[in-house]
Amino acid sequence: MSIFTEEQSKAILDKVIKLSKADQTSATLSGSVDGNIRFALNNISTSGIVDNTELAVEVAFGNRVGTATINEFDDASLERVVRRAEDLARLAPENPEFMPAIEKQNYKSSPTFSESTAAITPEYRAKVAADSIGPCKGEKLIAAGFLEDGQNFVAIANSNGNFAYQRGANFNYTCTVRTEDGRGSGWVGRNLKDAADFKADADIRTAMRKATESAEAKALEPGKYTVILEPAAAAGLISFMMNFFDARQADEGRSFLSKKGGGNKLGEQVYDSRVNISADPWDTRAAVLPWDQDGLPREKMNIVENGKVVALNYSRYWAKKQGKRAVGEPGNLLMAGGDKSTADLVRGTQKGVLVTRTWYIRMVDPQTVLLTGLTRDGTFYIENGQIKHPVKNFRFNESPVIMLNNIEELGRPVRVAGDESSFVMMIPPMKLRDFTFTSLSDAV
Amino acid sequence: MSGIGVAGLMLPFGRAIAAEELLTTLDVVKKKQLADAALQAATSAGATYSDVRIGRYLRQFVITREDKVQNVVNTESTGIGVRVLVNGAWGFAATNALTTQGVVKAAQQAAAIAKANAKMQTAPVQLAKAPGVGEVSWKTPIKKNAMEVPLKDKADLLLGVNAAAINAGANFVNSMLFLVNEQKYFASTDGSYIDQDVHRIWAPMTVTAIDQATGKFRTRDGLSSPMGLGFEYLDGASSGKVISPNGVVNYGLSYDMKEDAIAAAKQAKAKLTAPSVKPGKYDLVLDPSHTWLTIHESVGHPLELDRVLGYEANYAGTSFATLDKQKARFQYGSGNVNIFADKIQPGSLGAVGYDDEGVKTKKWDLISDGKLVDYQTIRDQAHILGKTESDGCCYADSWSSVQFQRMANVSLAPGKNKLSVADMIKDVENGIYIIGDGSFSIDQQRYNAQFGGQLFYEIKNGQITKQIEDVAYQIRTPEFWNACAAVCDESDYRLGGSFFDGKGQPGQVSAVSHGSSTARFNGINVINTARSLG
Repeated sequence: MSIFTEEQSKAILDKVIKLSKADQTSATLSGSVDGNIRFALNNISTSGIVDNTELAVEVAFGNRVGTATINEFDDASLERVVRRAEDLARLAPENPEFMPAIEKQNYKSSPTFSESTAAITPEYRAKVAADSIGPCKGEKLIAAGFLEDGQNFVAIANSNGNFAYQRGANFNYTCTVRTEDGRGSGWVGRNLKDAADFKADADIRTAMRKATESAEAKALEPGKYTVILEPAAAAGLISFMMNFFDARQADEGRSFLSKKGGGNKLGEQVYDSRVNISADPWDTRAAVLPWDQDGLPREKMNIVENGKVVALNYSRYWAKKQGKRAVGEPGNLLMAGGDKSTADLVRGTQKGVLVTRTWYIRMVDPQTVLLTGLTRDGTFYIENGQIKHPVKNFRFNESPVIMLNNIEELGRPVRVAGDESSFVMMIPPMKLRDFTFTSLSDAV
Repeated sequence: MSGIGVAGLMLPFGRAIAAEELLTTLDVVKKKQLADAALQAATSAGATYSDVRIGRYLRQFVITREDKVQNVVNTESTGIGVRVLVNGAWGFAATNALTTQGVVKAAQQAAAIAKANAKMQTAPVQLAKAPGVGEVSWKTPIKKNAMEVPLKDKADLLLGVNAAAINAGANFVNSMLFLVNEQKYFASTDGSYIDQDVHRIWAPMTVTAIDQATGKFRTRDGLSSPMGLGFEYLDGASSGKVISPNGVVNYGLSYDMKEDAIAAAKQAKAKLTAPSVKPGKYDLVLDPSHTWLTIHESVGHPLELDRVLGYEANYAGTSFATLDKQKARFQYGSGNVNIFADKIQPGSLGAVGYDDEGVKTKKWDLISDGKLVDYQTIRDQAHILGKTESDGCCYADSWSSVQFQRMANVSLAPGKNKLSVADMIKDVENGIYIIGDGSFSIDQQRYNAQFGGQLFYEIKNGQITKQIEDVAYQIRTPEFWNACAAVCDESDYRLGGSFFDGKGQPGQVSAVSHGSSTARFNGINVINTARSLG
């Protein structure tokens, strides 16, 4: 079993720190039991369980650093991994930007663990697949989906006496439903902490409805449209942009947050005044570990406040160089909104396009965070507060910075996972004007 | 490069090891004993077929910026994966316990999973024949094992490259070495025992130029490619260079990183003041350092049979190139378009002797004279196309991952008639010459794509006139390939590629190359990507 208790973890990490002859030593012990089931063409295709525990040891002689990892924990193995890290450090070139191990911290634990998710069995996963496939089979629809769940623990320690331990759980379900003739496609995704909150046989209806309703898509001319982005559609763009909140890049003049003539845009109005983005490891809707990968404590903090950028990510090195206080890098992204659902936003729209999901988002120009990507799995034309008909998918070329200056209305945030983002996010559905679609896609 | 994830304790692959351990290999006699134990256990548990992969995956990263080595990481991952076929269903289990007891247990677990899956299977797996080859071995034909080059030499090389870029006017430069050695032993109940030693190298860099007064910044990535070569790739041999009509140095089987860094610094600075493209229709002249990515996205992926069938529908997507199109010999491109797949090109990332289910690798046609003729398959898919043997496209990115269908090298064949890049450009009235790969995005059925690049040059009346900026082109795949007006001859043929082609859930990566000569595409839609944040 890969989930060690706090006592077991501390005993191992204490030994590691004691074994080290280096100037400084940091160690991370982590383990997880992750299960998954994949299905396609209304059949289970693969399923498995990955059980793994690993110890990573980083040591430093002066500013020469070495890292080694191992997955055996007897005394001889612990000695071996420490010696390996020491050998690597002696061979390594000096890193003038090396930062010493952090001081002893008092972390406040966050609610990342869920008993119901940790208790998932192979039978549960098979039932999720069956509950997704069954309703589709009866309606000439084809389901392809993936459930990945797990429980984990992380323990950290260093030669300054710092130690912390916490358990976590994760649950992410996605399902794409297509019509048999391939003319319609729908999607549903649920990212949760507690598996108890999940009902596959209910959620699959969303994807089924979108698949059926998207089958007779008409072409709209590309151009600028008022759009309603569902939270899953907005999340990929917002999280992409947040990767460029690095203070050093901004100070070096190579970020959209760099200022003409030098410096960064900290404190400046960059977005519409209704944009508020924060991070909070203890938020019960989207809790994350209370420390970042350097062991720095995370804080409840505003990042964008009433449209102004009020926080940038300072690495420990850059903070020291710039005379700033280093704070743990955020692990979640909480964007504030209103009370309306996506359906409420549709009801209040004269003309517009509803986007279920965005796909294959890539940077076109980092100067403006211009991103390109496509709509997918349910794109609809709205007229007089109602969905009139499905439309063919679009390619967009749009900057989230421009997008968040063109806000008409924000709805009620929901928890979402990005296809390519590690942030746990609360993102509202958003109604935006002048969203730029540059071409049509024939893809369904 | 910030996405590589090798900083601090975040090791991407396996356990970190001392540099000298990168030079060792596992004993082949021990591997055969373990493999036989696993195969026997699988057969005893009811398997009608089983295979075993014992893998030792070694990687080294050296990461630098300007005058600093930021990180050096050596990693190793070793273990065994056992795949079994019981009652017509697959089962898979993996362990890092390389003992007889450990591998037998994995084989038994795999058989138990297969039996459970068989109950829900609607059609039994049909496996194309792959005759046993006995005890054989294969090794990437490298001249200099990159793992044997001292760490100091690698750090000195990168710091020298960085200094050259800074001296040439760059504000910042990030450079990196990424070295891979996959030691893979495959055994199956068909009677194959295949020992392979696969080497790959990649030396990416990004050079940044900044105009602080205007707040503008531009980057130019290196024009190297990840390759299936040893450290000799970085020798900078003149035989590996191909010089464009406007003097840009491109690279084939050898790379001069310092020379490219100096050029990158100058070109990045030129980008700061280069005029912005006027959007519209242009004839595009695409260098192989660019075209590889367009081939990868718009031909390689849509012709993966598992995507065509719907197995990737929930993640990477399906394909517009459906089976009926193959039967109808769909006109995928113009008559100039001949695209082949292979796992054998020397220097390519996909080159191996045998794939990860023991099939001898080969070359075959996907598109002939513009017509769709074939796909990429593995043993349990071949029958769907009426084939009696696999194409050899099976790959797993680790001993702990189950092998599945991955892209072979997919390449555009050079033109049959003699044609140089200079002669191709002479005939272009209103065009853009694009070098290097940039931004890329394509829809889930591989119709609508958009590509950027590193260097863009305006062509007017047969002459390259000036460097321009803010270029991206948008295509609909069949129209784009049908607009292919000419392909230069084989003297211009070069490979590009990717170390990180992602697919599957849970995700796996694979490395793949795509070759081409410079090619011309008429009347392609170009957009202007410049925006203002006010």
